[in-house]
Parts: sequence; C-alpha cells; structure tokens
Amino acid sequence: MITMNPPTPSRIQVRPGNPNEGRQDYISIRDFGFWYGDKKALDAISVAIPERQVVAFIGPSGCGKSTLLRNLNRMNDLIDGIRHEGEITINGRSIYDPGLEVISLRRRVGMVFQKSNPFPKSIFENVVYALRVVGVKDRALLEEACETSLRKAALWDEVKDRLEDSALGLSGGQMQRLCIARAIANRPEILLMDEPCSALDPIATGKIEELIHELKAQFTIVIVTHSMQQAARVSDRTAFFYLGKLIEYDKTEKVFMNPSQAQTEAYISGRFG
Amino acid sequence: MALPDQDSATPRGEPWVWFSSLGLIVGLVMVLGLLGLVLMNGLSVFWAPPVPVVRLDDGTSLIGQLAQRRIRPGSPASAPRYERQYQVGLRELNGHSYVWVDESRVRAEEFPADILGLERMENGPAFVRPVRLTRADGRVVEAADPAFAEALAAEVAAGAGVRERLTEINRGRIGEVNAAMEQTRVDLRRAEDQKTPTEAIRRAMTALEARYATLGSEANQIKATGETSKLLAREAGGREVVVPMAQVVREWFPNRLGFADRLGLFFRRLGEFIFGEPREANTEGGLMPAIFGTLVMTVFMSLLVTPFGVIAAIYLREYAQQGSLLRIVRISVNNLAGVPSIVFGVFGLGFFVYVLGGSIDQLFFSDQLKYNNNTPVFGTGGLLWCSLTLALMTLPVVIVATEEALAAVPRGMREASLATGASKWQTIREILLPASAPGILTGVILAMARGAGEVAPLMLVGVVKLAPTLPLDGTAPFLHLDRKFMHLGFHVYDLGFQSPDSDAARPMVFATTLLLIVLVVCLNLGAITIRNRLRARYKTASF
Repeated sequence: MITMNPPTPSRIQVRPGNPNEGRQDYISIRDFGFWYGDKKALDAISVAIPERQVVAFIGPSGCGKSTLLRNLNRMNDLIDGIRHEGEITINGRSIYDPGLEVISLRRRVGMVFQKSNPFPKSIFENVVYALRVVGVKDRALLEEACETSLRKAALWDEVKDRLEDSALGLSGGQMQRLCIARAIANRPEILLMDEPCSALDPIATGKIEELIHELKAQFTIVIVTHSMQQAARVSDRTAFFYLGKLIEYDKTEKVFMNPSQAQTEAYISGRFG
Repeated sequence: MALPDQDSATPRGEPWVWFSSLGLIVGLVMVLGLLGLVLMNGLSVFWAPPVPVVRLDDGTSLIGQLAQRRIRPGSPASAPRYERQYQVGLRELNGHSYVWVDESRVRAEEFPADILGLERMENGPAFVRPVRLTRADGRVVEAADPAFAEALAAEVAAGAGVRERLTEINRGRIGEVNAAMEQTRVDLRRAEDQKTPTEAIRRAMTALEARYATLGSEANQIKATGETSKLLAREAGGREVVVPMAQVVREWFPNRLGFADRLGLFFRRLGEFIFGEPREANTEGGLMPAIFGTLVMTVFMSLLVTPFGVIAAIYLREYAQQGSLLRIVRISVNNLAGVPSIVFGVFGLGFFVYVLGGSIDQLFFSDQLKYNNNTPVFGTGGLLWCSLTLALMTLPVVIVATEEALAAVPRGMREASLATGASKWQTIREILLPASAPGILTGVILAMARGAGEVAPLMLVGVVKLAPTLPLDGTAPFLHLDRKFMHLGFHVYDLGFQSPDSDAARPMVFATTLLLIVLVVCLNLGAITIRNRLRARYKTASF
C-alpha cells in the first residue's frame, strides 16, 4: 500500500476511454455467489467486463474482491470445501463447463500475484515456463517468446544480458515484472492482477502501471487494488465491493467523480475502509 | 488489585535459558564421551609401544605388550591393588595370548633391544627374542649379525609374495575351476535326467578335474618353497619356537623404534586394517569386505528407498483426499518408524527371502534348484533382500521428510505454476520436487545413517561373518544382488560376542566401531554437500 492520504475526487485524473474496446460482456459474471465452507464470501455478484479494457476491483480488506478475481481462473479450486452458485462466462462460454479443462482455462487467463513468485530457475526458464508446459521445445521459438514477453513487460533491457542468471537475484520490482512477463508469455486473452504493486516502491509501481496501460491494447485486464489512486490511474471501469456484495460498478470516471452510492463515496473519500 | 513489581534485574523466565543450555551440554558430553572412548580405544590398537621383559616374584618372566591396567576386582578402594594385562602372543605354546599379572608380583621390567614382534597368519602375534634365521636359500643368519634385521625383512617380503601367489591360485584360478565344475555337475545331472548324451560333459568334467589337480600341485609347490625359511626364537621362559617365515605378516623391533618409526608402523597397520582382508576369525587383518559390503548395501538401500518414499509422499500430500482415512494412513506410516528393527528382519526373511526369493527361484532358477541339490539363488539371504528390508525400515523417515518439504514450498510458487496452465503433475515435477529436494535429501541422510548402523534385521536376511566374494566385482553382472556379504555393524557384534578370543577381539571392536562411524559420517557428508548445492540453487524468493 502506498496510499498516504485519502484522495479527494477532484484531484484524481481519469484516463480517457480505450478506443480499442471490443465485446462489452467479454467476461460475464451473473448472480455469482461463493462460499468457503459455511462462510459466504460473495453474494449475487453481476459484472460484465468488456474486452481489452482494464477493470479495477476495489474495496476494504475481506470484501471478496480477491475471491472473485481468483474465481475467474478457478484458482480457488485448490481450496477444500468451496462452493459456488451463478455463472461466469468468458467470451460466451462457461468456465465451469465440464467439457472445459481447468488447465486450458488457465492458459487463456493469466495471473499475477500480490507477492511476486518467480520460480527458482533462470530468468529465461521463468518466462518460457508456460510454453514449456505445453510442450514447446523449439529453442528459437522459446527465445523469441522470451524476448517478446520481456519487452512487453518492460524488463528486456534490464535483463537481456543475464537471461541465464537465477530469477531470484532480481529486485522486487523486476521480479514482479518478470511475473507479468511469465503470465503473458503464452499470450492469454485475460490478465488477472491481484494487488500487483502492494509490495513495491512508487517507482516500480509507476512502471507497472505504465505497463498495464500498454498491455490493455492486447489483453483484458482485471486488477484488484487497495490504492484508489491506482484504480483511478489505470482502470477504465471500477467495481466497488463491500462485505461480499457489489456496491457499485461503472466507468471509473463516474465512480470516482460522481458515485451513485453513498457507501462508495464514503470509501473513496477515505471516510471508512 | 496490586500489580506485581515489574522492575527486575533479570527478565522473568530467563533461568530457562540456562536450563536449556544445560540440556545441550549434557547431550554433548555424552556424545563426545562416546566418540572419545571409541576414538582412543580404536586407534590405540594400531600403536606399537615398547615391549618389556617382565620379571615376576616367582622367578619366571614374560615378554608382552601392556594391554591394560586396572584395579583388581574386590580390592579395597582405600588401598587399591592393580593388575596388568599383557599380550604375550604365541598362542600355540601358551594356549592364550593375554595374561593378567598382579602388579605386586612384578619385580622388574627391562626393555632389551632384541625383542621382536611378529604378526602371523595363524595363532596370533608373537613377542620373542630371535636366535637365528634360516633363509629360503639355506643360508643361516644369527640374531647377533648386524644384517639380521635386513634379512628378516627380506624374508617377510618374500613370504608375502608367496602368499599372494597362493591366493591368486586358490581364489582366482581354482575358484574359476570350481565354478565351472559346479556348472558341469548341474549340466551332467540335467543330461542324466533328460536321457541326453553325457559323454561330452563327462569329458569336460575330467578335463576340469585334471586342471584342478594341476593347480593344486602348483599351489603345494609354491607353499613348499615358502616353508624352507624359518626363524628360530626363544620365548621368555627359554623355550624355543620355530616360526615359518611364510606365516609372518609383519615384523618389528618394538624397543628399537623411534617415534617416527612407530608413527609409520601405526599408519601401515591402519592401512592394512582398512584395505586388507580379515583373518583369524576376523580378529586380525583388515575389514575391506565389510566396509565394501556396508557401503554397497547402504547406497543400494538409499536408491531403493528414495523413489518409493518420494512417490508415496507425493501421493499423500498432493493427490490423496485429505480426510480421516489419510490421517490413519499417516499415523500408521509414522508408527512404522517405531517398530523394532528385528521385526523388519523377520518380515524380510518371511516375505522377501522365502516368498519373493522362493518365487524368483521357482520361476527363473528352477533348473538350478532341480539339479543342484535345491541350492537356492534368491531364496536365501542376500544383498537385495538386506537392502529391501532396510529400505522398508527407513521408508517412514523419507516419507515424513518429503511430506514436510513439499508442505514447506511457498504456496505462491505452486499457484504461479498452476496459473500458467501447468498440470498438477507438471507443477510437482518442475517446481515442487526441485524446491523440496534439499528437504528430501535430509530424509535420505537420516535414512542412510539409520540403515548403515543397523544390524539386527540384517543378520536374518543376508549378512554373514565371512563372505568369500564381494557383492560388487569385475565379473558380470557386476552387482551380485543374490550374494551374501559382510557388514561392519554385524562385524562389531560378531567380534564382541561371538569371538573365541575375546581379549584379542576387544580392541578390534572399538576399531571397527570407529570405522563404521567414519563411514557413516563420510556418507552423510557426501549427501549434505549435495543438499547444500541444491539449497543454494533452489533457495526460495523472499524480500
């Protein structure tokens, strides 16, 4: 968290809309509820995320924004005793379709985590991991994919001479950009980011935000963040969650400048949360 | 309510620090004491101190190396009486090699320079005063001759050459002929049984028997050449002894040696102990076969237990449905570690040797069984069954260590791999296993240490007192899984409790224990080096 002062709506800059946007309900979440055992974490959430846009999930801790994000690539399947209701579709197809392997879903939905988690391998092997697991062996292809991904993640110039070095020798910001490079190496359609900057300093955060802005030309990005400035800076749309419910979902400009709900206004102006 | 006084010179609970350090100190003292005892007693075996002529109050005397000095049992603590044990050797004359002497009976101790120590192939060592040496070519050298020591050394070297040639014939060539005869006998019985022509086989048998006889006479001839060389010597009482020089392994003048000579002798004896073959019911000579057997068995056991344990742990931790059934399985696995090792031995004998080994013999060696007096191949104790039994015994250690190591891999790494679309197995193989390799190796190290020192189960499934062949040698298939072998731990038991000459065996028990400890330490150091390399490679990210 780098938020020091609660922002006032007037100070927040909002980026203009993305002219690139495609299908309006590319990711469609309808009446989605979710339980961890007996505890209901999400309640009747309905969100439609347009193609090639950045959507930010904001809200206080424990409001369910990360849970929802981790449902988009079924990462929550790893946890015992979970249950869901409702439907999530990506490009019209349900992610719970029994005919859809969870592995192929995750190949299409990349994810970047709060804590950067590079593998204890070389930088090169980290980036091409997603290609290795689908069986790509052609060295030239791997090298090309590695360079492309690292360039997109704005890391290429910093590591191009030491691709064979361990990824664990990078700085925190570099590691997180490496994780982004790894997540986009197999060209997914969607990129999920779970508080990607919460452990980074402002300079590294700035680079990642810049990166998000560039990546949305190709990817649909869903980002969970605790920083309201960040949500305002990077996203086209913002969803505000509170206690497992979706309170407000609209264009970012609208949510920050002129929220329709009193709770949203209270949260973004720092009166609670 | 008044709060207690919160100002204090020492923070509360601080004495517990001292208490815990006391626990460590007690543990350390015990371990170091044990190691020190083994080290002292084990190494002193190879040291050659000066050897006195001891004159006793009844006018007799003895020549012997001081073995130990102790308070006489039953003597009052206020005025202890000591007694000394001397190693006098010459078992063929005395019937024993060690004598106890009450210290009050010792009148004088002299250290004449001509006392000669001999290590021999039979009847243990000897401490004598030499008279004359008859050399192999018939020349006679008197003990007073300045060239005596040199001549003696030359004869000992010649004797070693003779023994080496004999071993080569007996073990090597006669061994080959024996194996061929064995096979021919089986062939013959099969041919008789199946009513096929036997003439060719009988001819081959005759040829082998002739070859056997030739080799036997050759061996006898070599033996005879070695027997002409003799040493005439006198023991303390003046009786004469004739020592055939072919029997002498090593000679030294204990009262003429300088410190450097003694050190040299110490290392030569240590070298023989490590690289030599045992003799005299294992109380003398070296331990090479036992060291080798222990090493091969331990390494083979690790190779068996690691994949088994790791695969089982992966299933338990990653695939199995976590629930009460799994908890029961886990408790059972952990309890396996508490089962007495002899029980594993009995299981190994009953299941591995009789059931598995018996079935293998029925399936693949039925011919052998039928025509070779039911001699089993795998249906008897051997390297394979020993390794399997110990692998089973150490399995819980590896499973528990692997499970812990898998659980300790940061969750983020697992999620990152799955999020890129890797399957569970790919995640395990590419991420989890490499990252948990150091932890798995820790388990293997513990398993190796436990397996290498284990004796009880091995006695039932294939370790023997004296094995004629090594389990790993130059003849195909190189690793002989069916062979019985020698083991250092069993050697300690055998020397300490089964040896006919307990006085001679006592120091060897310590030396063998020392060797076993050194071997285990070496194996562990090897594994720890690998683990540290892996750790440096797979250290997890943190900032």
